[in-house]
Amino acid sequence: MSEMNPNPVNTGQHEPAPTVESPQRRRLIGAAGAAAGLAIAPGVMLIEVAHGRPEDQPASSAVRWGMLVDATKCATGCNDCVTACSTENGWTPIGESAHPKQAPQWIRKLELQDPLTQMETNLPMMCQHCAEPPCVDVCPTGASFKRADGIVLVNRHTCIGCRYCMMACPYKARSLVHEQLNDTQKADVPRGIGCVESCTFCVQKVDRGDGTTACVEACTASGHNALVFGDLNDPDSEISRKLREIPTKQVRADLNLNLGVRYHGI
Amino acid sequence: MASLMQRAVRAAFLAAALAWAGVSPAQADAPKPVIEKAVKGQQCVEDTEYMRKNHMKVLDLHRDKTVIEGIRTKKHSLKECINCHASEKTGSVAKSKDDFCVSCHTYAAVKIDCFECHSTKPQGPMTMHPLNAGTAHYKHKLVAGAKKPVTVDDMAKVAQ
Repeated sequence: MSEMNPNPVNTGQHEPAPTVESPQRRRLIGAAGAAAGLAIAPGVMLIEVAHGRPEDQPASSAVRWGMLVDATKCATGCNDCVTACSTENGWTPIGESAHPKQAPQWIRKLELQDPLTQMETNLPMMCQHCAEPPCVDVCPTGASFKRADGIVLVNRHTCIGCRYCMMACPYKARSLVHEQLNDTQKADVPRGIGCVESCTFCVQKVDRGDGTTACVEACTASGHNALVFGDLNDPDSEISRKLREIPTKQVRADLNLNLGVRYHGI
Repeated sequence: MASLMQRAVRAAFLAAALAWAGVSPAQADAPKPVIEKAVKGQQCVEDTEYMRKNHMKVLDLHRDKTVIEGIRTKKHSLKECINCHASEKTGSVAKSKDDFCVSCHTYAAVKIDCFECHSTKPQGPMTMHPLNAGTAHYKHKLVAGAKKPVTVDDMAKVAQ
């Protein structure tokens, strides 16, 4: 193959068919799938497009993203979900931070022990993406908001860094960026000094149509399979099936917030 | 009558103020901004003249759609602006004083807030840019052999 080949995708006869698809190709397939699905009838999809909506369509309330954490599978000492989150979203992990007490924390591993039985439980804790989020209730500028598909986010353009939402959150899920980030942000994840932030369910991935988050990918890759991400509104999604089958709990269910993150084995 | 008087007084004040400040309106000694041509695309998503005046409105509208509704079209996205306009030298739109965004904003004395949060660099290697992917490797060859910077015209020739 010549180095000067102007079209690196079409590489000639001897190349096997490309198995790894480029993002552009994937988008095309996604668009074709959506079009094909529309052509048949509403509700009858020819190709399952894994919630990949066209990029010019807004997030829809027909979908509610949620996560199931199986604490019985979550391994002691494993920190893969936290590492994956910091890599994907560009925040510095506490261990590497110059000011650990102020370091942002989108997801953290908790190790709990029952004082009576000494039983240990491991689980990741992050924004629970409440249906009735207290952080949204208290925000004085409307920066803290819930997207149509149930993802609770901070609009950094309107956040004034008052940290009222951090006080209101029962899960201590939010943190404030205290220091200049000096252009270390990821292009897909803008974040900066003076704004509050928290888990976004990897909204950039969700919008891309990946249908999963960095922590779930990492947990699956490590073989623990303790995390499942999916659409709570779709009765056929893996998460909905599991929620039907196994007993799950909401943390602080007494607050009646209807959480997007559910736990099994706590 | 009163309005004529007022106008005259206002003009006198203005003239006095300018004289005191030591400037006349015709003079403009601030160095003109360096506008680096985007090497990757041939044409901006809107007319250049329109974008010079209105890019902030375009970006403002798009940011609300993206953040609140999750609409992530490429056309008016800041990320795509950065992909095209990042300087060849610094790989950024706002790192050095001649970079695309900073150059004009310094001249106009308007602070940019975008890069408090947004990255000023394209993600991944420059060659990954969608407009660039097909011919990027030519450009590296040209740059390696060329004495002067590779221009849009040079690239257009190669693409043909």
